[in-house]
Amino acid sequence: MKGKVDPMSARAVGIAGTPWRGKLREYDLFKELTVGVSVMVVLTVILALVLGSPDEPSVTLKSWANAQTADFAATATAELGGTSETAQYGPPYTNTKGATQTIGALDLQSLSGVQLPVNTANAFVLDPLATLPNQPTEIATWRAATKAEQAKWTDTYATALSKAPKSAPLNVKSGNYGPVPALIGDLTAMAQSGALDGVIQAQGNAYNLNYTNEILFLGDGQYFQNLAADQHLTGDQWGMMNETGGTPGQSWLWLFSFFYQIPPFSTAPNADLLVVGVMLILTLLLALVPFIPWLRRIPKWIPVHRLVWKDYYRKR
Amino acid sequence: MNTLLLAMGDSPGIYLGWGVFTIQLGNLIIILTMLALFGLALVLPFPGSGGRK
Amino acid sequence: MTQDERLDREPDVHTWTGRARVWMLKKLPPDKLLPEDQPSYVASWIYVFGMGAIGSLLIVIASGVILSLNGPNWYHISALGHFVNSLHLWSVELMFLTMVVHLWGKFWMASWRGGRALTWITGVGSFAVSIVAAFTGYLLQTNFDSQWIAFEGKDALNASGIGAWFNVSNLGQMFMWHVTLLPLAVGAIVVLHVVLVRMRGVVPPIDAAATDSQLTGVPATATEPTEAKVN
Ligand code: HEM
Repeated sequence: MKGKVDPMSARAVGIAGTPWRGKLREYDLFKELTVGVSVMVVLTVILALVLGSPDEPSVTLKSWANAQTADFAATATAELGGTSETAQYGPPYTNTKGATQTIGALDLQSLSGVQLPVNTANAFVLDPLATLPNQPTEIATWRAATKAEQAKWTDTYATALSKAPKSAPLNVKSGNYGPVPALIGDLTAMAQSGALDGVIQAQGNAYNLNYTNEILFLGDGQYFQNLAADQHLTGDQWGMMNETGGTPGQSWLWLFSFFYQIPPFSTAPNADLLVVGVMLILTLLLALVPFIPWLRRIPKWIPVHRLVWKDYYRKR
Repeated sequence: MNTLLLAMGDSPGIYLGWGVFTIQLGNLIIILTMLALFGLALVLPFPGSGGRK
Repeated sequence: MTQDERLDREPDVHTWTGRARVWMLKKLPPDKLLPEDQPSYVASWIYVFGMGAIGSLLIVIASGVILSLNGPNWYHISALGHFVNSLHLWSVELMFLTMVVHLWGKFWMASWRGGRALTWITGVGSFAVSIVAAFTGYLLQTNFDSQWIAFEGKDALNASGIGAWFNVSNLGQMFMWHVTLLPLAVGAIVVLHVVLVRMRGVVPPIDAAATDSQLTGVPATATEPTEAKVN
């Protein structure tokens, strides 16, 4: 412990490691605490009074199906056909093969398993329709069909929907879609009335605080995505930092958000895993600054401390 | 100054951008405020910093 | 006789309680916990930001407690509720603002020196845990913003295998994290951080030397050789 200890290290040696025996100045901890709290109270109250806080109303399946019926119908068709983003997400919702984000052999997503299983056809379309007082007979037709038939119906219907004028279900040319148009039509009507929100949300319980299904369904459509993009909230818009409106958001996430904007992350299929990994490493580096020689010497090379302790250095 | 402050209210957001860099004005104001406070804390003399004992 | 010597001689400390008391008083004697003076070099505005972060944290907690009285829907329908929500939001913004300036200050002062590594690490810990706490707060807004954050935020968590157990769309779960687990975590780590600061004393200037007038102006026995080992 003698001689060569790096004075910038965290070792408890030298003047920094012994109780201070030099000049003192008067200091009143409680007074500083009182002043500190008071200043912050005043600032907070002024900011809250002048600037308030945002509260953009939530969206529902009802508002979606009424505002953009075509988008709702197209999304519902994808949920029924199992082609939506959620239906092919992989763990923790589905066990779709090859859908996980990996780094080499590291596949934490698969390791965590399908803990929150979601079968979009059942959970978002068929089960809700089965709660209707007049259960559509098409549910039985659908369930009796083979997987191949079901896929053919939803595929051709999805294509026909996208080609129809304004993509409106009512404008779809007639074709061999099996029970799909009826199911989607009934579901759309159910959503427009507001009944679907209740059913998807309740999942057979009086109490439910879990919004996973509703949020996944909303997220599979364009409506929700576009609303978010209008407010600069999407990932490629630095949205992670942003709040709705003009209110500052989570600016402390700037670095996390930044990585998503630049290559290789911005184009990587496993961007989330990469960025999380990089942020973990950087946070660890920050925590371990006292033990990393080149990092802990930066404050010596760039002498900002000369300003902090200017009185001390002047009088030494 | 006042207009700047009010930009952080619950009004439509104002976004500034340079290439891949986009920042909401409210966030920018917060970040600039932090930098300014840091700079001021370094250069402003601390009152009563005369020694005792 | 110094306080330490007096404590070493305290008779009859064979119980856990007694030993704990002696240990605590030795590590953090009352005049160190609640000091009336500080080294003369503690004279810069940069030192006020830690206290600013504590002040804002207290307002965050107080406004959060008021919001808890009426539950998460209150602020959508009541003007008073909305105001308290604004207090909560802005005190959080101020807490991060002061905390980050504090972090910059402590970095450039290399405040981990002299056995203060754990103070630094608990500081980084406060920052990290506060970020998670704020994130869960955003998920509790029960408005469009929280819906979107739940949708967009899930991917990073799912990709790293956490989303299966920490489900951001599960309002009940996020609620509990935000109002119990994370405030306790932030509180505990900040208390530890501040107690460590008091235990170790404020770090002296970089390159402070025994020959500095601030140290030589006092009786010679008071100064220690620069490389003396302590603890
Ligand atoms: C909620 C967050 C935090 C609170 C409430 C807090 C509070 C405080 C207070 C009151 C002090 C003593 C006064 C001062 O120097 O300002 C202090 C000292 C310190 N803080 Fe923090 N802090 C927080 C976060 C951080 C962070 C993010 C870091 C760095 C990564 C950090 C590193 C330090 C260090 C190293 C000291 C010791 C300074 C010395 O010995 O001179 N703190 N903190």
